[in-house]
Amino acid sequence: MGNKARKARLVVIGNGMAGIRTVEELLKMAPDLYEITVFGDEPHPNYNRILLTPVLAGEMRLEETILNDHDWYQEHGITLRTGCPVTQIDRVRRQVITAQGEKVPYDRVLIATGAAAALAPIPGNDLPGVYSYRDMRDVEALTQVSADGGEAVIIGAGLLGLEVAHGLNARGMQVTVVHRRAWPLDKQLDARGGALLQQAMEARGIRFLMERESAAVLGTDRVEGLQFQDGSHIPARIVVMTVGIRPRIDLAQAAGLACEQGILVSDTLQTYDPRIYAVGECVQHRGMTYGLVAPLFEQAKVAANHLAEYGRMRYQGSVTSTKLKVTGIELFSAGDFLGGEGTEELTLLDAHQGIYKKVVLQDDTIKGILLYGDTSIGPWLFEHLRDKNNVASLRDHLLFGETHLGDAGHAGVNQAARLADSAEICGCNGVSKGQIVRAIRDGLFTLEEVRKCTKASASCGSCTGLVEQLLVSTLGGVYDSSARKKALCGCTDYSHQEVRDAIRKEKLLSVRDVFRFLDWRHPGGCATCRPAVNYYVRTAWPAEGKDDPSARFINERAHANIQKDGTYSVIPRIYGGVTTPAELKRIAEVAERHAVPMVKFTGGQRLDLLGVPKEKLPLIWAELDMPSGHAYGKALRTVKSCVGKEFCRFGVQDSTQLAIDLEKNLERMWAPHKVKLAASGCPRNCAESTIKDVGVIGVDSGWEIYVGGNGGMKVRAADLLAKVKTEAEVIQISKAFLQMYREDAQYLERTAPWVERVGLEQIKSRVIDDLAQRVELAERLDFAIAQEKDPWAEAVSGRLDIHAAPLRRVSA
Amino acid sequence: MEWFPLGRIDEVPLGGGRYVETPAGQIAVLCNEAGELFAVHNRCPHRGGPLSEGFVSGKTVFCPLHNWQIDLESGQALPPDQGCVKTFPLKTEGEEIWLGLPETQS
Repeated sequence: MGNKARKARLVVIGNGMAGIRTVEELLKMAPDLYEITVFGDEPHPNYNRILLTPVLAGEMRLEETILNDHDWYQEHGITLRTGCPVTQIDRVRRQVITAQGEKVPYDRVLIATGAAAALAPIPGNDLPGVYSYRDMRDVEALTQVSADGGEAVIIGAGLLGLEVAHGLNARGMQVTVVHRRAWPLDKQLDARGGALLQQAMEARGIRFLMERESAAVLGTDRVEGLQFQDGSHIPARIVVMTVGIRPRIDLAQAAGLACEQGILVSDTLQTYDPRIYAVGECVQHRGMTYGLVAPLFEQAKVAANHLAEYGRMRYQGSVTSTKLKVTGIELFSAGDFLGGEGTEELTLLDAHQGIYKKVVLQDDTIKGILLYGDTSIGPWLFEHLRDKNNVASLRDHLLFGETHLGDAGHAGVNQAARLADSAEICGCNGVSKGQIVRAIRDGLFTLEEVRKCTKASASCGSCTGLVEQLLVSTLGGVYDSSARKKALCGCTDYSHQEVRDAIRKEKLLSVRDVFRFLDWRHPGGCATCRPAVNYYVRTAWPAEGKDDPSARFINERAHANIQKDGTYSVIPRIYGGVTTPAELKRIAEVAERHAVPMVKFTGGQRLDLLGVPKEKLPLIWAELDMPSGHAYGKALRTVKSCVGKEFCRFGVQDSTQLAIDLEKNLERMWAPHKVKLAASGCPRNCAESTIKDVGVIGVDSGWEIYVGGNGGMKVRAADLLAKVKTEAEVIQISKAFLQMYREDAQYLERTAPWVERVGLEQIKSRVIDDLAQRVELAERLDFAIAQEKDPWAEAVSGRLDIHAAPLRRVSA
Repeated sequence: MEWFPLGRIDEVPLGGGRYVETPAGQIAVLCNEAGELFAVHNRCPHRGGPLSEGFVSGKTVFCPLHNWQIDLESGQALPPDQGCVKTFPLKTEGEEIWLGLPETQS
């Protein structure tokens, strides 16, 4: 045996989206592991099958749908054999045999043969003029035949049937859709939605014949008409059958692999023969077959992970939603939207505008969604459905969507699909709708890919909802915002929660340990995962967990806020915003002595010295002799206060003292995101407590505690959490609430979306109703804060090095 | 090329960086998780952010201001961003890092 082992051979059967996506994922993880050969029946390289209908309707050209051109295969050293079907897998000799009799040996096989159109089993289904609608060949044939006009009859009013009807209608044929059920899309719509859809398509000149069973295709040499079981018949120049798809399993079956509806695969996407993997529409996993792209992509990821010999992922099935890709008709449905015993329905019907929305609820969770005419809230509802969230508190506006999350900064516009191409979607990076849509059509499928390619929603993230809508409206049903478990970042496939669970369960005490234990794709991580994982380690293990400075953003490493010119801002802590003449003098003198370019009051009632060079930070901190205000961190910022009853003639409670006490109790608290508090001394609420993470308002009998408010990117009024009598209770409940937030929220999730996500009821049950839990939560927070020291004092004393000075001054 | 000593390897944090003042302007000295060192101009081609304060992972530095990603071997910004930052040669002798600067005319 030579020193250099030969590369393992991977044979991919099927050159479609599932197979090639798997290869792409594999190349990302293990670019040199295999010598890859891809066999495809069709003559084209891998194209975007989702775009068949735009091509048929003449809205796009075939070349625009190519995802991987010939150069791509060449660049990656992949042998591509188009127009070369594989006819046999010889598992004993480990070789595949092609129609031309060629034998190609393998070490691993990936079957991605997809599905074929099923034909209606009626006489005449083999006559010339009968078509299916499945691949580019069908589109080419239909495009050609439609040029001469005439009557087209479509059998089957499912998604594909309606799309082909739309396409042929756009090409000038007289189209009739025949369906055995009472309304079109009976798997995706109820009777009412079906009626609306039928009306809309009829208005475009498409005729519908419902509840008709086809009996035979008429004609001698070619199609002349279609006969029904009741004896009636209609003329037809062509008949298109879209009565379902059939997984292509013949090859696998002949090779002795277990098959039912599809090729049976395990959670690792392996077939009966562990050397043979299968993905895509041809497989059956836990009893399910899938015909949408999103599940295929999830399968591709898992299969690639195992082919790359990582062996860490499992495919656990997908929850899917569907969307019709007929220009101008908006439709979204998911789950059990028909309802039934024990369910409730919320509906909204505006027949005039053609809008119909229906949400099926059971035990305060969403069971099914049906949206017609306006689908903008589809992804949002779907997330609640998939996560089985309790939506009792959202019930009032469930049919209107997220009114305050996702649309701020674009007031009143929550329907991306209706915006002009020039409309700006991402205000941070200046990306227009047209740019995003073009990029998606060039072959993007996920939010992450859009972010990477266009930067849209990659900064503040407030336009994420709009970008997701564009994905939905451009890709149709294949885009599935949330079926996919959201990975923490591109360095891993694990979600935030999975990473947290592992840190606790395995007692992982540093970012490096986490990356190693969970097989991070990049050993150094990235700007997203490093701070998040560091936070999770520190929250799970406040005493033993290592706080890794290299996993902290510069602000939290320099303990000052970096500005656009690379200087920093210094905000000392002034508890409750109450200061003294002596302290003010000292601050003023420091600012003057160091010629600080700007001194300004912050929105949180503190003093900000702006424009300080990094080198001067420790000196300025020393001269100020005040604790850090943590105005740079994902941490407790300030407790804003009003004057309160000590001076104010309206005040009923001592809000300044409470603000000071809260700030002294909570300073040095790190959190998933910044945390702002306020204390107002009477219901006039001058400290604006109702737009704070935690806000208290003094009333005659005590204090009201509000949580989850926000006045920044997405305005949200806080929810009333409790009404209490004493300051001690305010402090304890605030601590318990914040600790629950610290332990549960994802890194960079503010309290406002977090409260919406977990629901106020659940928070109340732990923080208010259960006194023992409240005490434990507050104690855990006290313990965590006790581990933290004032960073400025640490730096001044030399125990903390923020690398203020240059490593070296080189002079020529 | 003229070589200048900068300091010890362990003075540059793994996964991060330091800056040095030179006649050619501020230069960022960066170190990835595997201990590989790189030197580039300490100005992101986007809006001049100090790259010495960014995260370093593999051959990439993430600018602390707007998260641009710069390839440290070529100095090129990673797509979709476009721009480029000057790179400088480094060498190590024992524990000491040396920076190579083009010789000045004067």
